[in-house]
Amino acid sequence: MNQTIPKRPFIKEWHVKGYIIFLLLNFALILSARITEVGQDFSSEQFFDLFVKMAHPDWSFLPSIITPLLQTVQMAIVGTVIGGLIAIPVALLAAKNIVRNPFVRFTVRFIMNLIRSIPEMLLAALFVAVVGIGVLSGVGALSVFSFGMMFKLLYEAIETIDQGPIEAMRAAGGNHTQIVVFAVIPQVLNQYLSFVLYTLEINVRSSAVLGYLGAGGIGLYLNTTLETFRYDRTAVVILGILVVVILVDVLSNKTREALS
Amino acid sequence: MITRKRSLYQHIRPYLVVTLAMVIIAWAFSGIQFTGIKDSAGQILGAILSGLCHPDWSFVYSGHGEDLTSALLETLAIAFLGTIVSAIIAVPFAFWAAKVTKGFSLRSTTGKLILTIIRVFPELVLAIMFIKAVGPGAFAGVLAMGVHSIGMMGKLFSEGIENLNRGPEEAVIAAGGSRIDTLNWATLPAMVPEFINYTLYRFEIAVRSASILGIVGAGGVGAPLIFALSTRWWSRVGIILIGIIVMVTVIDWVSGAIRQNLLK
Repeated sequence: MNQTIPKRPFIKEWHVKGYIIFLLLNFALILSARITEVGQDFSSEQFFDLFVKMAHPDWSFLPSIITPLLQTVQMAIVGTVIGGLIAIPVALLAAKNIVRNPFVRFTVRFIMNLIRSIPEMLLAALFVAVVGIGVLSGVGALSVFSFGMMFKLLYEAIETIDQGPIEAMRAAGGNHTQIVVFAVIPQVLNQYLSFVLYTLEINVRSSAVLGYLGAGGIGLYLNTTLETFRYDRTAVVILGILVVVILVDVLSNKTREALS
Repeated sequence: MITRKRSLYQHIRPYLVVTLAMVIIAWAFSGIQFTGIKDSAGQILGAILSGLCHPDWSFVYSGHGEDLTSALLETLAIAFLGTIVSAIIAVPFAFWAAKVTKGFSLRSTTGKLILTIIRVFPELVLAIMFIKAVGPGAFAGVLAMGVHSIGMMGKLFSEGIENLNRGPEEAVIAAGGSRIDTLNWATLPAMVPEFINYTLYRFEIAVRSASILGIVGAGGVGAPLIFALSTRWWSRVGIILIGIIVMVTVIDWVSGAIRQNLLK
């Protein structure tokens, strides 16, 4: 019984990897702090003055933000519906078990990855430049954004469905359209609807700030109240957004629970 | 075979739901005017596309800090600093907000409420508020990103704690461990990989949002982009867009690879 404890290699015994990661992380942190010039004077009185003003909301402003708030929700719904509908055919093209041609699949995925990497505010800025100031730009930005997101969720869902019904349809001589309509869609419909609701929740949140760039909705009021230093009104706008976001979240969560 | 007779309500319920959804969608579409596109829309779209094809390569690196490379680095720095610092601050908030017992818990309800209040403020609004305090620049962006991330990560972390397997904790308690022992030997080892996973995920999102903070003057690549857009300098818009897309794609790819390794 003179067994010794197994010797660990040097790298593991002294946790070399851990220390290197720790050092690198610290180095990156210090470098980032240098680049962003962290540590300038923080004028707390200015900052807290802002909070004090926000703590006394100007409720008389409430009636005038109800229409833009509703418009924000409308923008989110329209964007989600348009993006969600376009995503269906494209997601089918990218799914391994539907399209056998790898070239088509990877081209579609590559283009969609590029589209998905553009932040939505950037999309809004581009749409405002192209289409002009207004609700339509917001709807466009939200549609493209939802399209990218729905695409990813949907094609991943399609790839995990049961192959049985598809093979059965094929064996019975069904064509491509019939396979999609009778074998694929029934299997992913519930998931699809819950993705739509999930995308809607995110869109409601983001459509609230899109207006900042002139893309319609409540964000415009965020911009104007902040620029005219009416923080008491900004507080009302933010509270309004909060109420709408919570309402949509609760409704959509309830529906999603019912779906599953 | 038993066939259950369905009530009238159960029969018509699907139709009711579909009708309701249709009404909501119709209401939404009725609020959007699909006219009013600028006459020059097609022309500008063409200009942007040609800008994407003929980007202004000279902007990539000029050597004196006013170029795309430094703007992208600044964006990454804002996202990195904001995410890492708030990941550390979010941990106590997560324990505060996590609901581990059944029934009502005052502690978890107040914690969740505070996290929700933090999350309500959009990053852009926070950025504007911090610009008032520290002046325009990347520091304001870092503060805005950090505060918003505390709300987001506090929520993710607390959900992670709630879904944790309680077995190891009970085992440590059964073996006579103190509360510190439980934290040290059961809770933290199970939690850390999950927290790192969420932090990386949040970092991916933070890179995206940091690239638009410049719109309000809080540093990063957003400012040169808005400037190029408003001066109709399409070749420059093209190169900045390419830069952002490349940066986001690379970050997503690296972070995805690390996360996959982590969860193995």
